[in-house]
Amino acid sequence: MSFHAFSGTDTYLASPELRDSVNVASALEKPLLVRGEPGTGKTVLAEAIAENLVMPLLTWNIKSTSKAQEGLYVYDTVQRLNDARFGDKDITDISQYIKYGPLGQSFLTDQRVVLLIDEIDKADMEFPNDLLHELDRMSFFVHETGKQHSAQFRPIVVITSNNEKELPDAFLRRCVFHYIAFPDKAEMEDIIRVHHPDVEAELLRQVLLRFYWLRDLPELRKKPSTSELIDWIAALRRGGVSTESIESELPFLGVLMKRENDLEAVMAAHRRGRVN
Amino acid sequence: MFVDFFYHLRGYGLKVTITEWLSLMRALAIGHSRADLHVFYNLARCLMVKREADFDNYDRAFASFFMGVENHFDISDELLEWLSKPELPRELTDEERAKLEALDLDELRERFKELLDEQKERHDGGNRWIGTGGMSPFGHGGEHPTGVRIGGAGGGRSAVQVATDRRFRNLRSDRILDTRQIGLALRRLRKLDKDEGPEELDIDETIDSSARNAGEIDLVFRPPKRNRIKLLLLIDVGGSMDPHTLLCERLFSAAHKANHFKKFEFKFFHNCVYENLYTDISRWKGEPTSRILKRLDHTWSVCLVGDAWMSPYELTHTGGAIDYYHTNQVTGLDWLRKFRDRCPNSIWLNPEPRRIWNAPTIHLIRQVFPMFELTIDGLTEGIDVLRGIRPNRALAA
Repeated sequence: MSFHAFSGTDTYLASPELRDSVNVASALEKPLLVRGEPGTGKTVLAEAIAENLVMPLLTWNIKSTSKAQEGLYVYDTVQRLNDARFGDKDITDISQYIKYGPLGQSFLTDQRVVLLIDEIDKADMEFPNDLLHELDRMSFFVHETGKQHSAQFRPIVVITSNNEKELPDAFLRRCVFHYIAFPDKAEMEDIIRVHHPDVEAELLRQVLLRFYWLRDLPELRKKPSTSELIDWIAALRRGGVSTESIESELPFLGVLMKRENDLEAVMAAHRRGRVN
Repeated sequence: MFVDFFYHLRGYGLKVTITEWLSLMRALAIGHSRADLHVFYNLARCLMVKREADFDNYDRAFASFFMGVENHFDISDELLEWLSKPELPRELTDEERAKLEALDLDELRERFKELLDEQKERHDGGNRWIGTGGMSPFGHGGEHPTGVRIGGAGGGRSAVQVATDRRFRNLRSDRILDTRQIGLALRRLRKLDKDEGPEELDIDETIDSSARNAGEIDLVFRPPKRNRIKLLLLIDVGGSMDPHTLLCERLFSAAHKANHFKKFEFKFFHNCVYENLYTDISRWKGEPTSRILKRLDHTWSVCLVGDAWMSPYELTHTGGAIDYYHTNQVTGLDWLRKFRDRCPNSIWLNPEPRRIWNAPTIHLIRQVFPMFELTIDGLTEGIDVLRGIRPNRALAA
């Protein structure tokens, strides 16, 4: 096989589907776009790939103000201006003022690296389109020095998105897409035991039953996530709520649901007696 | 067969492009096929379906395509056949044609044959990867050493059975015009202008000027540039607008999120604009229209959203307002004209299709405001009018 085979690590259990997606992205040298609800391990995936394939990891955390150009390089004009003023440095070599961003660095290294572009949907709507050319060609041009840099070793690019904004079609076409499904009951139990090691089995059973019932309600605008479930369990335990009343009353629902509409929808469904 | 699959997916409303489909062919040829329909299911999905909302459609398409033939479908035979006689989906765009030329089919064919030979030597008879028709250990339930289950796929179940489970049903979202598209269109709504306020350091000018100044730093400041668009959004709610609620919600939330306007206000009305406009229509909480008009001037743009569909007297008669306890002194049409006179640079967006626009009230309103369909194209045209790069023309009376 001509491609590196990612198989997961001791702490990161990758499903065969996910392993296949990673390996296809790596072999076709296309970015892997990973989507999924918060808390499904999107960011950790890049770390696991880097660990498993023994490659350095470069991370680019996207913020609402991030610009595509910053990922490639920034020309530090202010530093140069400052240096020019005191005349104690040679400023004729512009390249010393070119500061490479994570994307630029990942093209310039002398070995294959893993590049994580985290939460791409946080940025401006046009941001993904501005990256198309560079991600396709894996090369970029530095105008200030007139130099073209091409990647010798194409990085494995992992892009995560929380789906806050729709991503442009042209960008999606170029990616390999993987959706990490929300953990099922058994997986969720393991996650909860990490946070509440001494939780009572009956409480846990009841809570999970309600939680997954709630998430299945079609009328919810925002489904509660793992972290909210963990908070809910903490609230229930601290409040000393009995397991029976979890079933009959759904106490402390405000910890799980943050929207008024959703809260009403849940209460209405509960009254309709759809809990079985 | 593969080409059929491509069209089959398209038939299920998946926007698969040839570029993506060629990626699949390449992935298969370099050894990702493994002759297992489970693997093929995931491979084809991760390369051709890019939204989890489409996963359910993909499952339905996959199940109906492979139902019944799954045991006879040999991916390597199919691929070999395709590579030796590449049949292509029709209607290639230039970009796709370029992609196809970049993909060297001869080379892929050689690579795939080598791979096949290699496998035959290594696993004489045992054929772990190729031609076992779904018996490969990959992708099955109990195989993973750490014992992790594959999203619901129990051991031994076929890929088609897994697809018929329709696990991603809840992720569907049948959208018409999404917030992103509206947001993108609204983004074009800007007129940059010098603005008052604290000045900003102009780095480029400072460098140029300092260089001309023999290296002595000369700081150059300039007034910041700001968008000078002031937008008032008036949305018709209730009644005949109910079917369009979702669309209006999206327009509203996109406009609300767009933070590049100099000023942005929104109000609701019911059926037509009369004495009051509302910030919360369910509680009739509002503001007199005359007071709002006073705040506006020609630098504002008004964007009205409504179906303009009502009884003629609701538009042209005093006392014609749709709510029976409300006796309006000024006709709806006159209120609309007041807005137009105050803010000439205004438009009307109509969620109803253009073909019914000869209805009497729509026709009358079109003589006051230029009207556009509330679709991506209509919205873009309307925004060009607001930006002043397309003539602002209402119908002649």
